[in-house]
Amino acid sequence: MKLTAAFISIFLLAVILLASCENDQSIEFKRYYSSGALVYQTRCQNCHDANGGGLAALIPPLTDTAYLKNNRSRLACYVKFGLKGKLSINGREFDDEMQANDLTPQQLAQVLTYIGNTFGNKLGTVNEQEVAADLQHCQ
Amino acid sequence: MKKLALAACVVTIWSACKFNSNDKKILPIYGSRKTATRVVNGKTETDTIYQTIPKFKFVNQYGDSITNKSLDGDIYVADFFFTSCPSICPVMHRNMLKVYNTFKNVGDFKILSHTIDPKHDSVPVLKRYADKLGVTGNTWWFLQGKKDSTYKIAQNNYLVAVSQDSTAAGGYVHAGYFILVDKQKRIRGTYDGTDPKQVDQMIADIKTLQAEPDENIAQ
Repeated sequence: MKLTAAFISIFLLAVILLASCENDQSIEFKRYYSSGALVYQTRCQNCHDANGGGLAALIPPLTDTAYLKNNRSRLACYVKFGLKGKLSINGREFDDEMQANDLTPQQLAQVLTYIGNTFGNKLGTVNEQEVAADLQHCQ
Repeated sequence: MKKLALAACVVTIWSACKFNSNDKKILPIYGSRKTATRVVNGKTETDTIYQTIPKFKFVNQYGDSITNKSLDGDIYVADFFFTSCPSICPVMHRNMLKVYNTFKNVGDFKILSHTIDPKHDSVPVLKRYADKLGVTGNTWWFLQGKKDSTYKIAQNNYLVAVSQDSTAAGGYVHAGYFILVDKQKRIRGTYDGTDPKQVDQMIADIKTLQAEPDENIAQ
């Protein structure tokens, strides 16, 4: 009887620990995501639109999930230092300049988590450590 | 029978309301106004003279010269922007595209977008911008001129109505306003071009202006 009780309590403890573990991750994600939505509204939305659609052939959309996925490690550099030259997004050519954005690594992580998990994208959390590392390799 | 009468009643009231709202909607006329008296057949008559958009001359994205005469008989919307503007201009022109697409096949409607950075926004730059927006034909003109003339007509004429309506101090030229001008070149509405709801209102007001009977138009 005592053994069963001990077993059950250990099992419960394990479940709680596991759940709280998952919670930490999802709390981190939610924190980045909701702050990122605000950064997006104030710094990105004018050009890229609330639904990520961009503007005609002038401003590319953020709905090309393959592009964001394939360039994940370059996104922080693009946002922070701007982007020039030809781009092919959703099979369409773009050739205008994106301005640099003076954002902290934390804000970059937040906004990339937001963009990376909205408009059909599924990049998961882009955290501050990842952004800091990516920023070392900007060209 | 009672039900039928009730239904008839409801329909009558509803259509009366609908009729009223369509019929009585008249847009205000903005700007300063003067009165002039004249003698017609021995009687003194008083006319109201409204402020109108004065003579102007700019160049459009095709390199054609555009003057106030090019707008004779047209309802038009004017705004002020520059192609390299990273802040509100993309929002304004995203909203203006909706206006363009609504009225591009209507003969008596135009859009005039004046660049406030004529040094950078040359005719080829404006043409490229129009092309990339998907704007063709002669409904939407992107106008370049001397910076002074653009600012002067903006502040002294188009945006007079904005400063009448707004409590914000200065800076109207780059504040994203759309100005609605009627066939007599009188200002009939000002809208925040960055707000999709106000732009929808402007589309409705343009339709109201189009339906304005000729006797109201004649001064």
